[in-house]
Amino acid sequence: MTVHTEIKANNGVDTEALMGARGAFEQMPEAAAFTFRSDCSWIEGTYSTNNLNGYFGLGQEHARKKTYTIESDHPEVFHAADRAPTPPEIVLAALASCLTGGVASVAQHRGIQLNSVNVIVEGDVDVRGILGMDPDIRNGFSAIRATFDIDADASAEDIAALVSQSQKRSAVFDILTNPTNVHVSVA
Amino acid sequence: MKRTTTVIVGAGQSGLAMSRELAARGVDHVILERGKVANSWRTERWESLRLLTPNWMNGLPGAMYAGHDRDGYMSVAELIIRFKNYARATNAPVMTETSVLRIAPFLKGYRVQTDQGAIDCECVVVATGAATLASRPGFAADLPGDIAQFTPLDYKRPGDLPPGKILVVGASASGTQIAREIQSSGREVTLAVGEHVRVPRIFRDADILTWMKITGRWSERFDQVEDLDRQRRLPSLQLTGEARGNPLDLNALQDIGIELVGRMVAIRDGAALFSGSLSNVCAAADLKMDRLLNGFDTWATEAGLQPFVDPSYKLPRTRIPTAPRLSIDLVREGFGAVVWATGFRPDHSWIDLPVFDRKGHIQHQGGVVCRGLYVMGLPFLRRRKSTFIDGAGDDARDLTTHLVDSCRQTIAA
Repeated sequence: MTVHTEIKANNGVDTEALMGARGAFEQMPEAAAFTFRSDCSWIEGTYSTNNLNGYFGLGQEHARKKTYTIESDHPEVFHAADRAPTPPEIVLAALASCLTGGVASVAQHRGIQLNSVNVIVEGDVDVRGILGMDPDIRNGFSAIRATFDIDADASAEDIAALVSQSQKRSAVFDILTNPTNVHVSVA
Repeated sequence: MKRTTTVIVGAGQSGLAMSRELAARGVDHVILERGKVANSWRTERWESLRLLTPNWMNGLPGAMYAGHDRDGYMSVAELIIRFKNYARATNAPVMTETSVLRIAPFLKGYRVQTDQGAIDCECVVVATGAATLASRPGFAADLPGDIAQFTPLDYKRPGDLPPGKILVVGASASGTQIAREIQSSGREVTLAVGEHVRVPRIFRDADILTWMKITGRWSERFDQVEDLDRQRRLPSLQLTGEARGNPLDLNALQDIGIELVGRMVAIRDGAALFSGSLSNVCAAADLKMDRLLNGFDTWATEAGLQPFVDPSYKLPRTRIPTAPRLSIDLVREGFGAVVWATGFRPDHSWIDLPVFDRKGHIQHQGGVVCRGLYVMGLPFLRRRKSTFIDGAGDDARDLTTHLVDSCRQTIAA
């Protein structure tokens, strides 16, 4: 049973347009096939920088007006220069942003006004895995926790439902919780 | 060449209800049944299964339940006897042991090819049910060859399973019932849990389906609900035909020693891989259950029933294991079998008409496929209860009205 509220919430998400896109992709599923990419170059040591601009979608290549950069490095405790966050931290940031954007979109769709949203995402990793010291320890996170603090014009249950639905529809949550075939080659 | 106005395919609850309604309106028809009356109930159910609906909801048109145990849940054996008696009492024109091979347009109607010859008719009612085929994920083919595979359609009893641990994939009505039965027989069961619909069997001293029925939710119509496609895809309620707590609740299943893991997503090098999303699918199921039960509470208050029912309460949250396993090497860990309780789908492969969508689902408006072609018993076909025994009567009545009206128009034209 979905209850429609007439109160206009404004979280800055155009859900009507997104619902329209659903209709369009229903007719033309091939337009829904997107490919995203990051172009990364080594600078020095563990320091590298990613340029992100072009992507493929709606049947064609798209160029953004601006190229974004994401840099990465390792911290001083790993004897690096700490010029940028580590790659796993970028993964945590990606999850945080994906879930946060999801909360805003779902809230908009459900007519819930958000006042503030904060999420702390933590990932546990035993670095003996990366150092190849114990084959039983994995390289990646053994667990990830995300804790939301949300102020919204809604009940605690409705806020919990927003967070749950945002996980259900999150790309990064899916990438982290389900296996993906990864193909790495040398050009 | 045989001729009749209407051919009904399938003599289960939908076909028998439709036959009774057509007869009441004087429409001549036959029911084609590949086996005997209630064939899939006879051959494609496990031994201990009881109906998930209480007996008072298990009547057919003109034959409401009149037994002693209104609140009980009848065995499949009892249901088969009831269907057999109903077919006899209504003089249902069932042609048993007759398999339909193909239907195709013919003149102004259809030609139905069977293994007993062809029948020409104006209308066809597809009443073969929603669960003719068991769906398995594509990666089922990657399962190591020495591990046996079952589905709820061919699983009969725990004793038939090969030795070893058992992985049950899917935590809806079938998966949870089968997992519980196997674990209770002394075997070790791991249950892979994806999206599911958690409900208590009994809430505030009344059956959950009684709540569904009295609040009107059970009879909600297909043209009145939001996002019908999603409603039609919902997994089945985690229910079993036993009137106490809910022994299928994931907490109850963990109490008897069943291990929970996330949704099964792949098999890689002989290892079953599970999603890390168990926590969210359980949280979502808890939230949705709360919303359903809160709705019942509100309804009871507004209807002034508060003094007559037990006070409301909240059910405990689903306990999530701290670190559910993400991968299991099935052979090394001694698994003997996998039970794929990953859903069902109808078999409409014999319908030779352009009535299917891209994913192969038959397209219909509340059971009306196209002129003279009807389908029954699919999820939320016309009502939430359309897949239940209880739903067959109302749907049959509506579709008969449509059929009679459109036949009249055809004749007039």
